[in-house]
Amino acid sequence: MTLPAISVRSLVKRFGTTTVLQEIDLDVPEGKVSCLIGPSGSGKSTLLRCLAFLEEASEGMITVNGEALGFFENAKGERERLPAGQIRAVRAQIGMVFQQFNLWPHMTALGNVSEALKTVHKVPKAEAEERAMVQLAKVGLANRAGHYPSQLSGGQQQRVAIARALALSPKIMLFDEPTSALDPELTGEVLNVMRELAAEGMTMVVVSHEIGFAATVGHQISFLDQGRLLFTGPPSEIFAKPRHLRLEQFLDTYLDRGASMLA
Amino acid sequence: MSFKLFSLLVQASVWTIGISAISIGLGFLIALGLSAALLSGKALYRRPAEFFISFFRGVPLLVQLLLIYNLLPFIGLNVPSIVAAIVGMSLCTAAYQAENLRGGFESVPKGLIEAADMVGFSPRQVFLRIKVPIALRLTFPALVNEAIMILKSSSLVSVVGIVEITRMAQDLASSTYMPIEIFSSAALIYLVICWAVALAGRYGERSLPGAAK
Repeated sequence: MTLPAISVRSLVKRFGTTTVLQEIDLDVPEGKVSCLIGPSGSGKSTLLRCLAFLEEASEGMITVNGEALGFFENAKGERERLPAGQIRAVRAQIGMVFQQFNLWPHMTALGNVSEALKTVHKVPKAEAEERAMVQLAKVGLANRAGHYPSQLSGGQQQRVAIARALALSPKIMLFDEPTSALDPELTGEVLNVMRELAAEGMTMVVVSHEIGFAATVGHQISFLDQGRLLFTGPPSEIFAKPRHLRLEQFLDTYLDRGASMLA
Repeated sequence: MSFKLFSLLVQASVWTIGISAISIGLGFLIALGLSAALLSGKALYRRPAEFFISFFRGVPLLVQLLLIYNLLPFIGLNVPSIVAAIVGMSLCTAAYQAENLRGGFESVPKGLIEAADMVGFSPRQVFLRIKVPIALRLTFPALVNEAIMILKSSSLVSVVGIVEITRMAQDLASSTYMPIEIFSSAALIYLVICWAVALAGRYGERSLPGAAK
């Protein structure tokens, strides 16, 4: 068995006295699409943010391709925080796409995609922009390179954000509700880019309400409810014969909305 | 009113504009430091900055100018009154600008910083490449507003003997006995300057990179 791309062990996340994630164990297989689904407030976005180390887990360990993310267990078995440089190095394997795109408004699409290459990796400007153009072309926006975020539609902004993450050649891509801020008409173009990425064998973790996407593209579906990971399995198992009562109720709300393909 | 009198007022406006521009610029630099202190989270830096701001926002500029004008020679600094005027105006506007900047830095959306963290920016790079440009964009209209306030407040430096527009107008009014014409002209000149600054500000705001057109 190959090493999982991300491995989560006994992860607990508390905000103050509220426990939002309880004893999460999850393996994200390499080269596959893992989807986190569940009702609002179930903790799926928080879990994803822990995988990006944007939230620090209160307990438990996360390893990325075998390397500890943020915390490690020292010789005495205690949980110890890694230095900032180490965290940055492990995080460099991860690309993140946010619900609100989070493009930098003072830079063009090309600037957004090439900025980290120039600033962080000291790639010469011409080369950085050339590499950025390749990524923009990949998401179908080469002709929008000189546009500022304010001049792009939501779907275009999200595609630029995907290109920005891809420009650094991450091994794993995390998507935090990438289409939730988009009009239904614009979700398609973003999902298409994600489908292409999946087809190329990118390791992806996707938090989404797009159950259709999860069912058709996902290789592994995890269902969270009230901070607990209730179920992890292939889509065929989850969608064809949901056995868990809570999962069944959750999926029913989608069937009510006409997602007959899942029935 | 003769052209000669009007042109004297226009000449005096060089002082108004010069003192205001230098004060805004120096004040901005001081304000950057103050806002950094306010946001540092360390009481050692924050408390003095807070005290500075309370003082300069809480005492009338006229009193500040008179105080500084008299205080500098008292502590052995015999500087020209123009320096006292610029010091007073700079410190005062710095206090206001610092609060603007603090608000601007605090309003930089957290997600934009997270995006920078995710692509490997160091805290310093996040500050220089993301926080500063965005905070400046957010506070730019307030900065233009402050520039206009300072232009008008510069009339107060007449009390320390600088012959800018207001002082010139007072001198001319008392020597010509034409106060209405002269003060109307002075008002007109202030109005034109402030209008030009507002216009330039609006143009500048529109031409900031990525501004919504």
